[in-house]
Amino acid sequence: MKYVTAIIKPFKFTEVRDALSAAGISGMTVSEVSGFGRQKGQTEVYRGAEYASSMLPKIRMEIAVPDALADRVVEIIRTQANNDEIGDGKIFVLPLAQAVRIRTGEQGDDAL
Amino acid sequence: MNRKLFGGIAATVASLAVSTAAWAQEAAAAAPVPNPGNNAWMMVSTILVLMMILPGLALFYGGLTRSKNMLSTMTQIGGVTALAMLMWVIVGYGLAFGPEGNQFISWGKFFLAGVTPDATAATFTDGVVISELIFVCFQMTFSAITVALVLGSVVERMKFSAVMAFAFVWLLIVYYPIAHMVWEARGVFFVMGALDFAGGTVVHINAGVSALVAALILGKRKGYPTEPMAPHSLTLTFVGTGLLWVGWFGFNAGSALEANGSAALAMINTFVATASAGLFWMLAEKFSGHKGSALGYCSGIIAGLVAITPAAGNSGPFGAIVLGAVASIVCFIFVSKVKPALGYDDSLDAFGIHGVGGIVGAIGTAIVYAPSLGGPGGEDFAIGSQLGVQVAAVAATIVLSVVGTTIAMFIAKAITGLRVSPEVEADGLDIGEHGERAYN
Repeated sequence: MKYVTAIIKPFKFTEVRDALSAAGISGMTVSEVSGFGRQKGQTEVYRGAEYASSMLPKIRMEIAVPDALADRVVEIIRTQANNDEIGDGKIFVLPLAQAVRIRTGEQGDDAL
Repeated sequence: MNRKLFGGIAATVASLAVSTAAWAQEAAAAAPVPNPGNNAWMMVSTILVLMMILPGLALFYGGLTRSKNMLSTMTQIGGVTALAMLMWVIVGYGLAFGPEGNQFISWGKFFLAGVTPDATAATFTDGVVISELIFVCFQMTFSAITVALVLGSVVERMKFSAVMAFAFVWLLIVYYPIAHMVWEARGVFFVMGALDFAGGTVVHINAGVSALVAALILGKRKGYPTEPMAPHSLTLTFVGTGLLWVGWFGFNAGSALEANGSAALAMINTFVATASAGLFWMLAEKFSGHKGSALGYCSGIIAGLVAITPAAGNSGPFGAIVLGAVASIVCFIFVSKVKPALGYDDSLDAFGIHGVGGIVGAIGTAIVYAPSLGGPGGEDFAIGSQLGVQVAAVAATIVLSVVGTTIAMFIAKAITGLRVSPEVEADGLDIGEHGERAYN
């Protein structure tokens, strides 16, 4: 199993989610986060005085998938979230040791 | 137009009337009765000016501070406003508009002695009067907002006790004499022919310059200018801006002292100069490589209101539009370029907007007053000589503000120590000075 975490631009979220659903991904956890990468956040200006870079709003998606699906999920997110601009986001893939469905006690791929 | 004021004279004449029918008739002819329409407009105007202070200025300034100093900022404004009201009825009115006096100060009518419900104050039209108590209240709100405006440069680091001590001394030695000199018929600037319709000199230049001096004596906020000190709620600042704009109609159109055409002129100018200034600040931001911002819009609105104040009834609407635009651009340059270059900590730009905008407005009034530019001046009006008078009045006001504020700040320092401890400054003045939080 793999644990895929993607940081994307908020306005791209709907397209990514729809494409993942179409590919048979049944669940995900989504949160509103803020941060910055190479674009170094954004500068705020008050009455002409500039303030240091501040965080940009982003969406973080967390998806647990069977090994066989991981590459496909990464590819879907990469293509759908791509706006060809700095700040489009990143995808991290981690090994996932175990998954348990709380209601039934199912484990591993069956719990996903 | 200036204020010609010998409040209460008509009432005095009436009280001297003796009992014979003939005398009574003469006295009645000599003692005009206030027109209820004028009285009603002045009552509304007075309350509108109060709305400029609470909640207008309190929200405008409060939103610009950090959240830990929100209540402190609002409470300082509320505190000096209440103090100014009490001082006005005790000594302020007498020192500014008293029956005895010279070109620099007046006296009499302390504790409102002799100011009864029947007493009247003259307006700009011969034979037209308003109730003197309304005039007392109207002018009272001007003194209150002026001292509250000064605080914009010293928030987030000055003790509440120091603010109150400063306000007490400053009103006595700066505000009342300047109000007398500009607005009272014997006043030195009035006699010179200085044009100040609604307080460009008395309120804005005076408050702005005093704010700069006070900020210099007090010193910078801890961490300024290296730490970010972004406004904590531009939403509230925007609300405060709106309340200030609405209230300013009482301030400007009320300064006609009657519900007449001059008030109407002041009203339309207060609309269009302000609209022009709001948009021109955003344009200035755009041309200097930034985005047109909400705070820029609000700042432009205030700059326009300040600049049109001396010219409200002394300009045509299109002169007002130009005046608003020019003041907005000059204030933008001061706030965004000159202040960072010089490094002083005028926290909320009380000087950058009120002082600078007031100076642009007061000097610009000499130009837009000209009938050739749509102003209400007579055919024989000469821009050049009026310009000299305006500059002289502005310069003299600056000198008085600088000297008086320096004295007031050092007296406050001797009594209270002036500045909060570094711990209180770091924790915020809401908790440190008042023991409460704005947001829980």
